[in-house]
Order: sequence, then structure tokens, then C-alpha cells
Amino acid sequence: MMKQKNNFNITFYLLIVPVFIWLIFTIVIPHAEMLISSFQVEDDMGDMVFSFANYIEFFTQKIYWLTFVKTAAYAIGVTLLAFIIAFPVAFYLSKVTSKKNAGFLMLLLLIPLWVGELVSVYGWMVLLGDHGVINHFLITIGIIDEPLNMLYTNFSMVVGLLYMSMLFMVIPVMSTLQSMDDSLIEAACDLGASKWDIFIKIIIPYSMPGITSGAIIVFMLVIGDYLAPNLLGGKNSLWFTEQIYNNFLQTFNWNEGAAFGFLLLMLSSGIIWLALKLSGQKLEKVGS
Amino acid sequence: MIRSLPSSALYRAVYRVYIFLFFTFLLMPLMAISVLAFNDSNFISLPWNGFTLDWFFSATDERQGLFADDELIASIVTSLSTGFFVAILSTLVGTLAALLFEEEQFRLKGLLYFLALAPLVIPGVILGISILLTATSAGNYIEESFALDVELFRPSYWLVVLGQFSFAATYVMLLVSARLKKFDRTLEEAALSLKATRLEAIVYVTIPFLRPAIIGAFVVAFILSFSNINTTIFLIGSDPTLPVDLYSRIRFSSTPVLNAVSFVIVLAISGFALFNIFATRQN
Repeated sequence: MMKQKNNFNITFYLLIVPVFIWLIFTIVIPHAEMLISSFQVEDDMGDMVFSFANYIEFFTQKIYWLTFVKTAAYAIGVTLLAFIIAFPVAFYLSKVTSKKNAGFLMLLLLIPLWVGELVSVYGWMVLLGDHGVINHFLITIGIIDEPLNMLYTNFSMVVGLLYMSMLFMVIPVMSTLQSMDDSLIEAACDLGASKWDIFIKIIIPYSMPGITSGAIIVFMLVIGDYLAPNLLGGKNSLWFTEQIYNNFLQTFNWNEGAAFGFLLLMLSSGIIWLALKLSGQKLEKVGS
Repeated sequence: MIRSLPSSALYRAVYRVYIFLFFTFLLMPLMAISVLAFNDSNFISLPWNGFTLDWFFSATDERQGLFADDELIASIVTSLSTGFFVAILSTLVGTLAALLFEEEQFRLKGLLYFLALAPLVIPGVILGISILLTATSAGNYIEESFALDVELFRPSYWLVVLGQFSFAATYVMLLVSARLKKFDRTLEEAALSLKATRLEAIVYVTIPFLRPAIIGAFVVAFILSFSNINTTIFLIGSDPTLPVDLYSRIRFSSTPVLNAVSFVIVLAISGFALFNIFATRQN
């Protein structure tokens, strides 16, 4: 009996020690360090002292908090758009088309997902530019004479953000819908419910867990994105992550960058927490 | 409305057109760069001037193709080897985490599990800066106290590996956990009752069952690493990974070689996607 217990312990420690090291050294300590750094500024002697200056800077400089609010608003808007665009696709793949078709279309979905954001953002630059593919075609077939100004605007930024995030809405919604029994819809239909009623009263409530997971992932990706606002957005498309990048990689004001990072973390986890509360879900579900 | 129910021809037609448009939207950027990679022109845009392989093989000053560009090749090699180490490390730790959270009961399990899921909802930028801040502080401390310069604590190759590992392990854990939930516990109990130790039961019974998920997770971790830029850009040392290199080229010196690189990535990822589907489908 004693031996058995001993073995159990060895296995347990073999499992927990690496996991513990992973979480403490790459998640817990770095975030604590970020929080501490955000409350430090360099004084005249070159020493680090405690201060609220980094946060005061954020709230007194209009450009910072305005960008912060704008980023949050856009992220919510893109999440909503992603839901509207992705839901019919998820429904089609899980309920309408044949299993064989769905498998092939899933493969097509995975490719843009895995190619990485940089390649797809670059692809959109090639498509939307003044001398880009879309303008070239429109001019060639004679619809327009002058190229449309699409690249480096809020429009191209939103296209890029949607493109890189909406598949993360399709996949969780699809997997919830796959587990839905078709007879629920058939029964409603037999009882004379309209398509709209079936959609609002049966399909949407059933797929709520998938929608919440998708919305959280999309929101998180969009709010933390850098490439689409930076490469596709225009002069007015400031994104809060760009402020963090500037602090770290251009002005080297790391403490202010840490404060901005912490604010971004608070914003994203605050909204995600709210979404989980409102939908009555747990974070564990989001991952699966 | 669904497979088993009849619906009007108009409804079906509209739905099909929508799905067609969606997939066009999805594949359009990838198609555009793939086609333009073979355009015989010094500019990234149309018109089409004829087919060429210059952007892959040419080595003139005017047209430096992908395989003649040493910097590009170097960054591809850096990305491949980074991806390999990240995949090894995160597959190992992520699998251990899946076993730990699915099979063991211990104090503060809930808190630890929450931390393990946290990288799902922490923006990559924040993982990058927080690890950079910590590594720099640790590096400064060690330099002042022991006069040692540790490479890991400066922006460097291994710091990138560490940063990407921090979130890749979470995805591995989720993929392996999903399969572990389908595992028939009685198999492990049978091994235990046959006098196997718990460790032996895991190694000889549980791990073989998990193999397809572990292979799939390895590939996913590799791809996450290969395409990451948000975390990587803060931790990069003297040798950039491919996305970081491409990013600075897009901003400062675009030539159609970018299309060639993107085409190769699309091709490789399509191959990977196929491989992963077959690897996980085997069971």
C-alpha cells in the first residue's frame, strides 16, 4: 500500500513540476513584473521610483484614451460583424450541405487560418491598393476611371481584421451546431413554425455556447491585433496596440508601455468577463 | 432549411451564392499573391506581363528571387528551427498539463487550470512585452550581481522560443485534453490491477491512445510558432523569424519576392493541413 502511494506521488510530481514552471515563469511572474514596471518612472538621478505618472499620462493625453476607446468600439463592432458573416457559413457546413462537401470546405477554411495573418494582410494590400488587383479589374472592365481609394482606410483595416478573425467564429459555432439534434428543427417545422421563429427561438439559443466562445476569441484577437491596423489602416486608424509597440520599439519608454499593456489587459479581460457573466458560461468552455 | 427538410429553390440559391461569396472572400488574397508570384514584372501589381520563375530563382541585382536571397533563406531557417523547438517543448509540457488536469486531484487545481487557459485570452502583444520586461530585469540583475551575460535574458533566439512556448502549450493542452476525455479509464485501471505502476500505465496505455492527438498538437504548435508575429516581434534578437523579416520588407522595400515567399507558405500550409487531417483521422 505504501509503495503504491509513493508511485502515485512520483507521477504526480512529474506532471505538476513542468506545468508549474511553465505557468509561474512565463505567465505569473511576467505579468507581475509588467504591473510593477507600470508604476515606475525614472527620476532625475536615473533611478526607478514608484509613481502613477504612466497612468496619469494615459488619462490626460486625449490621443491615448481616445485610441483606447476607439479600439474597444471597433473590436466590438468587428466581433458583431464576424458573427453575422460567420453564422450562416457555420450553419451551412454543419446542417445544410452533405458531410463530404463539408469536409472539403473545412479544409479550405483551415488554409487561411494557418497561413498566418501576415500573409493574408499582405494579400489584402495587393488586392486593395490603388494599383491593386481589384482597381485594375474595375478599370479594365470600365466600371471606374480613377482607382478607388480603398487601402490605408478604416475600410481596409476592418476587412483585414474580419478576415483574420471570422474563422474563429465559424469553427466553435459549427461544432455546437453539429451536436444539435436535427429533430428539434424538424419538430418545430412540423408544428408550423416559420424559418425566422426557428432561427430565433431554437437555433440561436442552442448555439449560444459556441457563439460566446467564438465572440471571445474574435474579440481578443481583434483588440490585440497589430498587423491589420498597422499595414492596412490609414493615418486615422490608430490602434491601441500600436501605442504599445511605439513605446517599446520606438520611443523606448518601457514603463509607459507596461502601463498601456496593463490597461489593454484589463480592458480585454473585463469585456470577456462580462461576456461570460451575461451568457452564464465558464472560461473552460471557451477553450474546448 | 436543413438536409431533411424541403426549402424553396430561391432560398437554396441565395444561400449557395452567399457561401460562394464567402469562400471567394476567403481565398481571394491567397489566390492573388499566388498568381502574382509568377508575374514577369518588377512591381507587385497587375498588369500580367507573362509567366516567370524569376522571383524564385533569379539572382540578378534587379530581381533577387527567393532562393537567391540569403537573408530570406536565413529567416526561413530561423523560423523552421524555432517552430521545431517550440513544438517539442509545448507538446511535452502541454501533454503533461492535459494529464495533470484530467487525471489528478490536488489543491488549487482550479487556479492552476485558470492560469493554463489564460494565454487564450491574453493578447499576444502583452505576452511579448511582459516576458521582455521580466527577462530584461532578470538579465540586469544577474549582470550586476554576478557579472554574467546570459543570452536567454536578452532579446534572442531562445527568448523567442520561450515566448511562443508560453501560449502554444495551452493549445496543445486543449487538443490533448479533448482526446483524453474520450479515453476509457478502465484500461488504465486494468493496467494498475495487473501490477503496473501508475507511471507505467500512463506510458504504455494512455500515451499510445493519445498519439494521434499529440501528433496533431505538435503540428498545430509548429504552425502557431511559424506564423506568430505579435509576441515574437518584442523578443527577437539579431536573427529575425520569417514573419518579422517579411513585415519589415512590406513596410520598407516591397518586391514581388514577397509574393513568391507567400506562395511557398500557402503551399506548405496546405500540405500541413492535409497531413494533419489524415494524421488525426486515423483513429
